[in-house]
Amino acid sequence: MTQYLYEEECDELPAFSVEGLPSVPRLSHLEMLEAESIHIFREAAASFAAPVMLYSIGKDSSVLLRLAQKAFYPGKIPFPLLHVDTGYKFPEMIEFRDRYVKEIGAELIVHKNQQALDDGATPFALGTQKCCGLLKTRSLLDALEEGGFDAALGGARRDEEKSRAKERIYSFRDAAGQWDPRNQRPELWNYYNGKLDKGEHIRIFPLSNWTELDVWLYIYKENIPIVPLYFAKEREVVVRGGSILLTQGPIPLLPGEKAERRSVRMRSLGCVPCTGAIASHADTLPKIIEEMFGFRRSERENRTIDHDQEGSMEMKKREGYF
Amino acid sequence: MHPNATGANASTFEQFLSQHLERDLLRFTTAGSVDDGKSTLIGRLLYDSKAIYEDQVQSIRQSALNRSTGPMDFSLLTDGLRAEREQGITIDVAYRYFTTARRKFIIADTPGHEQYTRNMATGASTADAAVVLVDARKGVLPQSRRHATIAALLGIPYIIAAVNKMDLIDYSEEMFRRLEGDLEELALQISPSGAQIIQCIPISALEGENVVTRSTKIPWYAGPSLLEYLEEIPIADASSPEALRFPVQYVIRPDDSFRGFAGQIIAGSVRPGDRVVALPSKQTTRVRSIVTFDGPLPLAGTGSSVTLQLEDELDLSRGDLLVSEAGLPNIARRFAANVVWLHATPLDVKKRWVMRQATDELRVQATKIRSRIDVNTMERPLAPQLGLNDIGIVEFEATRNLSFDLYSQNRNSGSFILIDPLTNATVGAGMISENLDKANRRAERELSDARSEAMFQEDISHAASVAVSERARRSGHHPGAVWLGARQSLAAPLERTLFEAGFHVVVIDDAQNPGEWSEGLVRGLYSAGMIVLYSPKYTREKEKHHLTSAIQPDRILDVDSLNQEVGDAFLLQKIVAWVEGLRIARPEEGR
Repeated sequence: MTQYLYEEECDELPAFSVEGLPSVPRLSHLEMLEAESIHIFREAAASFAAPVMLYSIGKDSSVLLRLAQKAFYPGKIPFPLLHVDTGYKFPEMIEFRDRYVKEIGAELIVHKNQQALDDGATPFALGTQKCCGLLKTRSLLDALEEGGFDAALGGARRDEEKSRAKERIYSFRDAAGQWDPRNQRPELWNYYNGKLDKGEHIRIFPLSNWTELDVWLYIYKENIPIVPLYFAKEREVVVRGGSILLTQGPIPLLPGEKAERRSVRMRSLGCVPCTGAIASHADTLPKIIEEMFGFRRSERENRTIDHDQEGSMEMKKREGYF
Repeated sequence: MHPNATGANASTFEQFLSQHLERDLLRFTTAGSVDDGKSTLIGRLLYDSKAIYEDQVQSIRQSALNRSTGPMDFSLLTDGLRAEREQGITIDVAYRYFTTARRKFIIADTPGHEQYTRNMATGASTADAAVVLVDARKGVLPQSRRHATIAALLGIPYIIAAVNKMDLIDYSEEMFRRLEGDLEELALQISPSGAQIIQCIPISALEGENVVTRSTKIPWYAGPSLLEYLEEIPIADASSPEALRFPVQYVIRPDDSFRGFAGQIIAGSVRPGDRVVALPSKQTTRVRSIVTFDGPLPLAGTGSSVTLQLEDELDLSRGDLLVSEAGLPNIARRFAANVVWLHATPLDVKKRWVMRQATDELRVQATKIRSRIDVNTMERPLAPQLGLNDIGIVEFEATRNLSFDLYSQNRNSGSFILIDPLTNATVGAGMISENLDKANRRAERELSDARSEAMFQEDISHAASVAVSERARRSGHHPGAVWLGARQSLAAPLERTLFEAGFHVVVIDDAQNPGEWSEGLVRGLYSAGMIVLYSPKYTREKEKHHLTSAIQPDRILDVDSLNQEVGDAFLLQKIVAWVEGLRIARPEEGR
């Protein structure tokens, strides 16, 4: 660019502007997304009696948590975090959760559908649909009801899946916790209507306009801690039906299967039996981002739940899945 | 930069990352039904810009509902809900994302049928640009007309008429030019003030011609491809020269020692030490500091979410507005607005609604429906009420004063939504067009006089006797400089156009100072508050560098950096639009 031809002289020039003051810098796309998300957090805190933030320990949750800290600084986050624990999460996730939440001084509620677990709910026995229905969807609705929460903030993004592309930032749920895609409240400008009758609640998605790349870039730029499972490392795995599963936790080997060691990492974090790893050598954030540009597969592909049948995510969401 | 250096890969990737961190963001809207090829166009943009992952493409190939006869139906990528896939229509607003090396884009993709006017308005409300699809064979149909009209009504500054299916008319220039003429006529109808810029681009979404890369099949068209144009649209509100508007969203008070007002700046900028007026109380104070998680800021501009600490203990709460003294908003109970009705329960003049405007919430009643706007014919018939998807001009009265700007001046402080207090539904969206409250103007004038006096006293204690803001207030615009570079032919028409638009404008070329740099002259005139069009006979890079580094970046436009392949008329439009951005919002005339 011609403008920089005389760089050596540039230093000699005083930074001149008419008002003798620095000029307004243009916001980058990440700064715009950050400002929008902070705005949404503050709207939530100002408009609801009992909001709660769903914390799933994944990378999106880490970003969500950082944005919540920013929104209320120097105050603390004015609502609790809620983790719906299926009992099948990776041990590294639980360890990370307990350490990090304590470090930033947030309040954490952990909710488990203990009865379903006692009754023997596993994805192997019930299939992923039913298992998710009991341990995630049902469990979440119970937790919201028990806590008397009227708003639940979550880290879902519109670019994750087709039916999420139409999700509002404030997503209204009726008294049964269900979503009606044909009857959503219009959202114009940055006005979010959070008015409710008894028993109804709103799900709020401050990361709606973020893409997976934005999330990684932000983690990189802000140096946000994430669960080590996101980084590639040699781990013990078993290859089953095209998925690479970590052998830790409740994964019984089937007859004829053999565990092996491979350099893998998780692209998204869910339950041990249902979340596949990917073969990767990306052990730093820049390497993960570099790998992303080479990705030809979308991030939820390794989640068994989304692919059971065409439109399956939309059906789950109607029932109350986050 | 240093291809021979060791570790070139790492440094390249770091550069690449920092480039990605610095990209800006443009939101645009599209509207239309399957027939227009809208989904094909969006699919093409996403696909060609490599945003579509392979497995998503795979699942489309497998889909039983694939309607296309060709190798791939792009519309299945974009129609999200089952009902839509089955009926083959798009019934809601869907948001899509893609990224190029220069920008991140958010598409608000909306249905085009008349019964989805409200969805179109929703998508348009936050958009910086609108892509209106025109079928090259069918011409400007009511649907395209409606979409362009709604885009103009919602204040979208850039409207792009994408003339699609050029492949089906053999890329005929004659037919395109005829359509271009029709579209210019439409532009005059929907935007008589010229607030909207309309650009026509011939494309074939199906064949991918002129969508991302320029077409070789359209040699007679010298302009940018659709994506090139979208990459170049200036994002207006990034460094807004307007007066400050800071709606208090939330009060942060962790303990007795700290009290901060959290919110997002919707116009102007703020610095520690700035004098601000709190509305509605009209108390004046100074900003002590701009607090963020990442440390205090010396300056925050439009769009930033920050927390302000004030010098004095003011009792502010959510719904209050902090503004700069230099440009006060309207303060009134009665106002008129363009309203888009979003609900099956009609708007009539008896009911009371909850109104949300910026962060304020109050009760309003419609007092009169002046007329409905027929978006197909632009006629304004009288109407006793507004039904679902109707647009009309309505007079309102609130139970107390609100602080607002006209929507044409600020899309955030001039907009509002209406909520039905019984059902909690969002029933209407409004854009304020008029302050109907003359009684309140006297109070405003008194306040404004008091403020100017305070400001004057403050200014003379400084070294400079006339503040830059005072000059701007007198001329109605900030100073600005335009480096015309190779486009000297634009100097005369630009000067004339801007002069007639009310700007203090002057052309500087080598005639005043033959063979010498005129950089000092340009700076002098700039300091005097003028718009300076600088058009040296030869570009002297050193001089240009001095000038561009001497003037704050948002007040100087380098025409050389704009796309040079576009025609003079298009560049002229662009430059005028940039200069228009330097206007300051003036307190209403005649008070």
